[in-house]
Amino acid sequence: MSATTASARLAPARSARRRDKPQKWGNPFVYLVALLLISGSLAPVVYIVLGGFRTNSQITTSPAGLPNPWVSSHYIDVLNSVTFWGEFGNSTIVATVSTIGVVLLGVMVSYVIARYDFKLKGAMYSLFAAGLMFPLVIAITPLYIVIKDLGLVDNLLGVAIPQIAFGLPTTVIILVPFLRAIPKDIEEAAAIDGASRLGFFFRMAVPLSLPGVVTVAILAFIGSWNNFVLPLYVLNSQANYTLPLGVQQFASQYSTDTARVLAFTSLSMLPALLFFAVFQRRIVGGLTGAVKG
Amino acid sequence: MSNTLGATVIGRSRLGKPQAGDAASAASPAPRKRRGRGRLRLEIALLSGPAIIIFVGLVIFPVVLAAYYGFYRWQGYGVPTDWVGLKNYQLILTDPDFHQVLLHNGLIVVLSLVLQGPLAILLALLLNQKIRGRSMIRVLIFVPFIISEVIVGTGWSLLLQTTGAVNDALHHIGLGFLAADWLADPNRALWSLMGIITWKYIGFAVILMLAGLQSIPDELGEAARIDGASYWQVQRHIMLPLLGPTIRIWAFLSIIGSLQLFDLVYIIWGQYISSTAGTSTMATYMVHNGRDAGNYGYGNAVAVVMFLVSLIVALTYQRLILRRDMRGAVTQGVT
Repeated sequence: MSATTASARLAPARSARRRDKPQKWGNPFVYLVALLLISGSLAPVVYIVLGGFRTNSQITTSPAGLPNPWVSSHYIDVLNSVTFWGEFGNSTIVATVSTIGVVLLGVMVSYVIARYDFKLKGAMYSLFAAGLMFPLVIAITPLYIVIKDLGLVDNLLGVAIPQIAFGLPTTVIILVPFLRAIPKDIEEAAAIDGASRLGFFFRMAVPLSLPGVVTVAILAFIGSWNNFVLPLYVLNSQANYTLPLGVQQFASQYSTDTARVLAFTSLSMLPALLFFAVFQRRIVGGLTGAVKG
Repeated sequence: MSNTLGATVIGRSRLGKPQAGDAASAASPAPRKRRGRGRLRLEIALLSGPAIIIFVGLVIFPVVLAAYYGFYRWQGYGVPTDWVGLKNYQLILTDPDFHQVLLHNGLIVVLSLVLQGPLAILLALLLNQKIRGRSMIRVLIFVPFIISEVIVGTGWSLLLQTTGAVNDALHHIGLGFLAADWLADPNRALWSLMGIITWKYIGFAVILMLAGLQSIPDELGEAARIDGASYWQVQRHIMLPLLGPTIRIWAFLSIIGSLQLFDLVYIIWGQYISSTAGTSTMATYMVHNGRDAGNYGYGNAVAVVMFLVSLIVALTYQRLILRRDMRGAVTQGVT
């Protein structure tokens, strides 16, 4: 039921598996399927990255070819452009604020739901769980009105704050099982040592559920980095654009300059990919927890 | 009263070292319960208040607001005055364009389940073996899921142009007769969209299924194998049924995702082309007829309809299918 116990159980199971006889008849076929699946998954990404190293005439004469010769001028142009770095900065600010907000508010409310006993606890959990059913896109038109009334149109906070609100359901669903899995004994021991409930929260609960917290943070960051519909409504001036808006704008502005569009596109997906590469174990592990929670 | 109490609580928790009386009450839970009820409430309010305020204010309240604005013809400025009653809803429900987007959304929901579900289960069963580089495989097939829909849309619309790389590659490998106008041809566009959706989300489905499979104890399969079950019999009669809860949760996520599909269609087709190509969705309809047309009253009414459609679908699914897994977690609270 709990994610931490689940991952703890996984470790011995895996090492036990390794001791088994290694080869099976299905193996070559499995590798073939895996290879096909991976190349299918990566081919379009490779196309985007390599396309940035080609010239437009190369792309026109042989759309599916490799760069020949390799041209780095498009990448250099994009890396030297104020537009790209401005949008990169905006995306970073929005993603950072959203992530901190989601984690902070999410941990606090999940802790209450997981470890306090009170009448409205079930209702509180249901409130957030119901939020899963209503993703951002569905609420975007009325949400825009609220953001406008708050005076946050064309303001990066007008993107970040709603993202915090819409990130909370996933956060609560993932974190509650993590926080609930902390044994009662630890809390009692901490109480005997003189820690208050809040002290226990900061000094024990948060560090102990760190895997869940990290998962939630990564999901929030990537979700924010990739969000399109909210910036589309909220941000008007190009100086405030985030990267997804920038990509769309760039793609329509330079629609004939395919290579440049591809260079811009691949550079803007890089941060999310790097972030994922560093923390991939957490994401996959966190999903395991979420499914079982 | 609660103010002074708040001050002492904050003061105490900041002190770190609680006073003697506090420690005594913490050690024996019964007196703490009596004395600390106000403090307990305060802690609950302090910890959960911010999240609830921001969640209710920006997720729940807008939906209520939409119901109100949906009754007006309104440009989005000032206080709405032009009350039109149910006219917006009447227009939506009789608009052939809206019937089209409902049909498209319905097709996308069904096709996503039918295309991705069996494929993901099969792949997960295959990959759930002792093979080298399994964690590497998991990471690589997850990559499309991490990339934003805007980038996916931009990349695929270039790949699928009539003069794009896909047609070019088909010519190169001697399958030139398969080359087609993937995006504009109304007979193909929806299938192209389904291809892109499958490409982007299959990795997520496989990872989810793999996670589900790994929580099934090895002993079950081994016992069946000792009793003489073949590899595929084990998969079919042991693994698949035990994977049920994971499959049902995945299907729920997939359905909700299909109902709110927006970015991909908007980026690749835009509203005008998406209606003629047959890929428009409720969300693109809402953005086009609300925001782009400057008719926020109508847009809000569309939002309410979308909301109701999702709610009905989600509750029905939860009642009929998810109930035994979640025991009413979504509607009835923590079990």
